[in-house]
Amino acid sequence: MSFLIDSSIMITSQILFFGFGWLFFMRQLFKDYEVRQYVVQVIFSVTFAFSCTMFELIIFEILKVLNSSSRYFHWKMNLCVILLILVFMVPFYIGYFIVSNIRLLHKQRLLFSCLLWLTFMYFFWKLGDPFPILSPKHGILSIEQLISRVGVIGVTLMALLSGFGAVNCPYTYMSYFLRNVTDADILALERRLLQTMDMIISKKKRMAMTRRTMFQKGEVHNKPSGFWGMIKSVTTSAPGSENLTLIQQEVDALEELSRQLFLETADLYATKATINIVFDRVGKTDPVTRGIEITVNYLGIQFDVKFWSQHISFILVGIIIVTSIRGLLITLTKFFYAISSSKSSNVIVLLLAQIMGMYFVSSVLLIRMSMPLEYRTIITEVLGELQFNFYHRWFDVIFLVSALSSILFLYLAHKQAPEKHMAP
Amino acid sequence: MASLDRVKVLVLGDSGVGKSSLVHLLCQNQVLGNPSWTVGCSVDVRVHDYKEGTPEEKTYYIELWDVGGSVGSASSVKSTRAVFYNSVNGIILVHDLTNKKSSQNLYRWSLEALNRDLVPSGVLVTNGDYDREQFADNQIPLLVIGTKLDQIHETKRHEVLTRTAFLAEDFNAEEINLVIEKRYFLREGNQIPGFPDRKRFGGGTLKSLHYD
Repeated sequence: MSFLIDSSIMITSQILFFGFGWLFFMRQLFKDYEVRQYVVQVIFSVTFAFSCTMFELIIFEILKVLNSSSRYFHWKMNLCVILLILVFMVPFYIGYFIVSNIRLLHKQRLLFSCLLWLTFMYFFWKLGDPFPILSPKHGILSIEQLISRVGVIGVTLMALLSGFGAVNCPYTYMSYFLRNVTDADILALERRLLQTMDMIISKKKRMAMTRRTMFQKGEVHNKPSGFWGMIKSVTTSAPGSENLTLIQQEVDALEELSRQLFLETADLYATKATINIVFDRVGKTDPVTRGIEITVNYLGIQFDVKFWSQHISFILVGIIIVTSIRGLLITLTKFFYAISSSKSSNVIVLLLAQIMGMYFVSSVLLIRMSMPLEYRTIITEVLGELQFNFYHRWFDVIFLVSALSSILFLYLAHKQAPEKHMAP
Repeated sequence: MASLDRVKVLVLGDSGVGKSSLVHLLCQNQVLGNPSWTVGCSVDVRVHDYKEGTPEEKTYYIELWDVGGSVGSASSVKSTRAVFYNSVNGIILVHDLTNKKSSQNLYRWSLEALNRDLVPSGVLVTNGDYDREQFADNQIPLLVIGTKLDQIHETKRHEVLTRTAFLAEDFNAEEINLVIEKRYFLREGNQIPGFPDRKRFGGGTLKSLHYD
């Protein structure tokens, strides 16, 4: 009986998470695009729902809500479903949508997407060989095999992102403060941009007029195309078309300059906006701190240590989970806006769903370290005999590597263009 | 040549609707073979004889400013784009007939271009509820162009065209629906003698943007 109640609670919460993922997809990610393939939205929301359910189960574990056997059952079921999605469904659909974009292969879409999926599975399996992940006595398609590989990918991803973020964040804040953008700088850049546009326009006017007079005179401008075209243009070419080619080259250079100026101006505007935000944000507390303040004020002060330790660990784990989900969603959104277009939006969303799923699964692996000993048992039980210490060491190694390479990368990038920003 | 008057026309719309192809077609009388993303703004010039054949014939340079990007861009990008919206003589709004969102976004595009003096941070005042009054005192002529008509199946064309007719009325604009044919795979000589050959919708001849 209690199992039924527990299951219904779990299913209700899963439906809630699914709805939240659906709304997030519609309102945030895809708000500028048209959803033509609802499959993508469903897959994204399902991945999100099952990922959040895993965290929910951890919290239930700490709070000792629900029957422990039903918790164990739901853990297993959740893990199976999420592995199925991450290893079978999402990669297959990614392959399918990539193939759909290529016109030549349109007829045999299914065949080629199956081929792509098989290639993915091969590399996915090969991934497990060099790592001392688990003892060889398990079968081929057991949960431990799959989750160990997913865990490796996810942990690598998390470490890379954390390493880069740890270095990039102070660097950007430092550069924002040091640069001190004024309105005059922005205006000067804008004036340069408009001047460049005017130069482009005057050259294009000359080209248009030249083409018109040539057309009226009956000459035809042949753009040198291909190998023979270029050789022909060296020997025989009307003077008009020679001029045109010359001016066209100048115009190309100017257009490149205008693009760079545009990007620099946008960068300056972003810097200015960030400075405003950072300096204006005084004394705002985030919801978790405010919630804690309220509860401390309303409830009494006599608590014993045991109660406190349970709640503090719950709060700590809860904060980690909530901020990591929120941070991930924000980063996904920014990334999506930056690189998507109307053609590739489906593929990119599915890639993001895959990354999100792997990220959450490996978060569960790593969060085991922050939990007190008595709560670790469920994770150890469910995930089997994985070498957890390996994952922690692997995370540290990749984090160091990523941080060092980001430092190197940022140093090189900074050296390349230090004058552009300082010049008036 | 410098004595010819200047006419500046903005070409606005979502990414991938065909603005660069349209501008290339208007100015070079050729189909653009390899469209790529427009970063910032690309300008092209068309020489136009206003009132051709009459004694008041005058030759103008029409500058077509093709501004790239999307309405959902960061406010820093919007502020940078705003520098192109100075002293505009006309606006061409381009949308994709196969993509409904691009037509809906045209409201936000026109607000961004027309309200640039009032709301520099790019925040929408009306939040999606379109108010025709905002365009009542607008002096700048608008032209709405729908592209990729050939990619819509024959049976659905009527429904799509009625929807876009309402759109044009809302803006109090003239409307043209186009097929800009993409000849990526054929590689013929794509010289098109005159622009009127490319029209498909019975919207009359291309209205030239000029002052009265």
